[in-house]
Amino acid sequence: MASFITDMKKVLRQNIREYGMYIALLVIMAIFTIMTDGVFLSSRNISNLMNQTGYIAVLAVGMTLVIVIRHIDLSVGFLAGFLGAVAAILLVNLKLPVFAAISMVLALGVLAGMLTAFLVAQMKIPSFVASLAGWLIYRGALQLVTASTGTIIIPNDSFNAIGNGFIPDFPEMAFLPGVHKVTLLLGLIVVVLFIFNEINDRRKKQAYDFEVLTTEIFVLKLIFISALIGYITWVLAGYRGLSWTVVVVLIVMVIYNYVTTKMVLGRHIYAIGGNPEAAELSGISVKKLTYVVFGSMGMLSALSGILFTARLQSATTTAGTLFEMDAIAAAYVGGVSAAGGVGKVIGSIIGALVMTSLTSGMNLMGIDISFQYIVRGAVLAAAVIFDVITRNRAK
Amino acid sequence: MNIPILEMKNITKEFPGVTALDNVGFCVAKNEIHCLVGENGAGKSTLMKVLSGVYPYGDYSGDIIFEGEVQKFKGISDSEKAGIAIIYQELALIPEMSVYENIFLGHEVAHNYVVDWNETIKLANDMLKKVRLDVNPAVKVKDLGVGKQQLVEIAKALSKDVKLLILDEPTAALNEDDSENLLNLLRELKQQGVTCIMISHKLKEVIKIADTVTVLRDGQTICTLDAKDGISENELIKPMVGRSIENIYPHRDRRQPGDEVLSVKNWNAYDPALGRTILKNVNFTLRQGEIVGFAGLMGSGRTELALSIFGNPAGYKIDGEMVVNGEAVNFTHPGHAIKAGVAYVTEDRKRDGLILIQDVKQNITLANLREIAHRGVVNIHEEVNVANEYRTSLNIKTPSVEQLVSNLSGGNQQKVSLGKWLFVKPDILILDEPTRGIDVGAKYEIYTIMNDLVQQGMSIIMISSELPEILGMSDRVYIVSSGRISGELPIEEATQEKIMQLATN
Repeated sequence: MASFITDMKKVLRQNIREYGMYIALLVIMAIFTIMTDGVFLSSRNISNLMNQTGYIAVLAVGMTLVIVIRHIDLSVGFLAGFLGAVAAILLVNLKLPVFAAISMVLALGVLAGMLTAFLVAQMKIPSFVASLAGWLIYRGALQLVTASTGTIIIPNDSFNAIGNGFIPDFPEMAFLPGVHKVTLLLGLIVVVLFIFNEINDRRKKQAYDFEVLTTEIFVLKLIFISALIGYITWVLAGYRGLSWTVVVVLIVMVIYNYVTTKMVLGRHIYAIGGNPEAAELSGISVKKLTYVVFGSMGMLSALSGILFTARLQSATTTAGTLFEMDAIAAAYVGGVSAAGGVGKVIGSIIGALVMTSLTSGMNLMGIDISFQYIVRGAVLAAAVIFDVITRNRAK
Repeated sequence: MNIPILEMKNITKEFPGVTALDNVGFCVAKNEIHCLVGENGAGKSTLMKVLSGVYPYGDYSGDIIFEGEVQKFKGISDSEKAGIAIIYQELALIPEMSVYENIFLGHEVAHNYVVDWNETIKLANDMLKKVRLDVNPAVKVKDLGVGKQQLVEIAKALSKDVKLLILDEPTAALNEDDSENLLNLLRELKQQGVTCIMISHKLKEVIKIADTVTVLRDGQTICTLDAKDGISENELIKPMVGRSIENIYPHRDRRQPGDEVLSVKNWNAYDPALGRTILKNVNFTLRQGEIVGFAGLMGSGRTELALSIFGNPAGYKIDGEMVVNGEAVNFTHPGHAIKAGVAYVTEDRKRDGLILIQDVKQNITLANLREIAHRGVVNIHEEVNVANEYRTSLNIKTPSVEQLVSNLSGGNQQKVSLGKWLFVKPDILILDEPTRGIDVGAKYEIYTIMNDLVQQGMSIIMISSELPEILGMSDRVYIVSSGRISGELPIEEATQEKIMQLATN
């Protein structure tokens, strides 16, 4: 037992940076649960919270890669707003089918990202300035396309479902009434896949004589994370199940996580962030990958715009205001380093969840909006201070 | 000899793993021009950094006695207060500021924290007259040539009431007229009572201007020579290079070299960032199984030459022909060079060689990730196997290939860097200062690896500032000076003296 505790302390100390964020999320959730007599953790609230996080989370994923290669993109908020309005126009005025409208908007997003990349990689304009120009331009463009109509209401159920709908369930049966069974089933599959994957990974590492967690801690980790996934699934299943927004975010997360951790492309992106000169001399085209990263950012901005527009069921003249700041904050809270080369996609999604949890929890407590900003600012600063201190200690 | 203005006694300065200065004694008389010479890495710059307080008191052992008093400088500002000013090779001026702003930067002419610009300009004019620089002080420094910038630096030092002026290779970037001009100025300053220490590799200049010369080698003072009545180049070169090179270099059976694998003809390069031509009409060849040494001083253009043939990442404007393995090539990105079988191990592994925040295996596979990837997905097992292979064959000392590169010693980092480039399986390997900053044992290992590689048929270009290394390892030597190939010597004819002569010419 004593050795277990020392092992545990060692693991926590070594991975404090990685686990810090999860611990912070749990602490925040616990505080709000107590302060709101459990309302915060209710199925309805958690479901809402996740849907609210969606459009920031996808931006944070793109922003992670942008910051990893030592750039920034300020234009993403109004780009999302503008492209959301474009989607609305395509659906309402041009009566395009949902699938076609979404594809076109995503393509436009890629194009917009490429334009920023052109300024940054080709013209060598600092990304802060290049994307600030984009911020102004897309803000103007949004007002322009909504000027004649004002808010554009979208009367298209299948489009709006992306922001409001939930995945379908099996037909009603006697087993577990009132619980969303497809959600439970999916949660179970994820837990099984997770455990299988972890065990497999550990075995391979042992085969190479790499350091692995001790058996006790490993089992504890498996139980803990499985329980967490199980609990969230249970909570969501108790309301209306998994929402389409969460499905979209999960798909984005899985793809980006795979690309960044397993693929050559991802490795090249992190290499550029770690040392651009060394990467260039290793035959990696920094220019080309700048296009890729900003292109992906543009596409995710479009996706964010679609999620937000669908959620409001309409395109408004101010959609996207300050999204970029929320996304950047989420990425930093999620452990992305401003020095470049460090940061995980999943971390940024957790970061987004932390920031939305703060808003949601404080709203439930009826805290004044001015204090909400102050608290969120303090949390952002604390997260980055924590990151810097733990990194220095690691040296 | 007059009264000494400066005495440095028993100065020892250690860096992790290296003793940069070993019990150095250095004595400068009042009102003389004292030159400090030695090979790259002999400890000249370190000694001057100790003197000027860049390495503060306590970081070194020994005493600095300046004007009869033991000094304990905690930083540059302390040494400046005492009257010591140092001018580095890389000028420390702010290009976007005017000449007068630069001259008084850090010690502005101010009353109650408000700068008196009129007084500043007047004083700046006085200083400019002293250094015989006829420019409008309101001109921005970036609009001046390097020679004039150098004079502005000196004016800046004079404005601080300097008693001892240290110049670190002041003429390295200057043309002949500007150099001559600068030397004359130093003589005039001497008349006005300013003592000068000048570090220089250009021995002809040293002979021309020095009253006294001190030679450093391997962090030790070898001798101090009186040069008032003239001194010959040989008298200087002998103590600079005199060192036996037996047993430092592993034995290799030298074979008849094979076919030409690389040839570069009429190669010129212009650097738009510097605004000048950096390589002039360079011609050289490399044959299969050869180690060809590129000797020369720092800043002579060897690294620029390597970069210009390795896909030109710095964006020089290049003119010339290059043939690799019998095919005319025109690389526009390092990736193209790598594909054609050329690898380049950089001079500064920390700056542009390795990704310090990543681990050993990620660094080793970086330049050839596709080799171990299937449809864009990296095979992690394969990666670990590859990394372990190089860890064994290059004897990289690390607890595991998952160790961060920043945690390894210099020698092991260099081996990781080498492993990374061996993994691209090149035909031609360019090594830029392959043993800089690593200990003797690791050097020997790297030399052994180089010998094995050429035995296996690889061809190596070795850029090195260490002459013994050039002589110990090369089959043939090119000497680079001011962006030109100033000579080619077969190894049988190459001596340190001959190389030094060609390199300093």
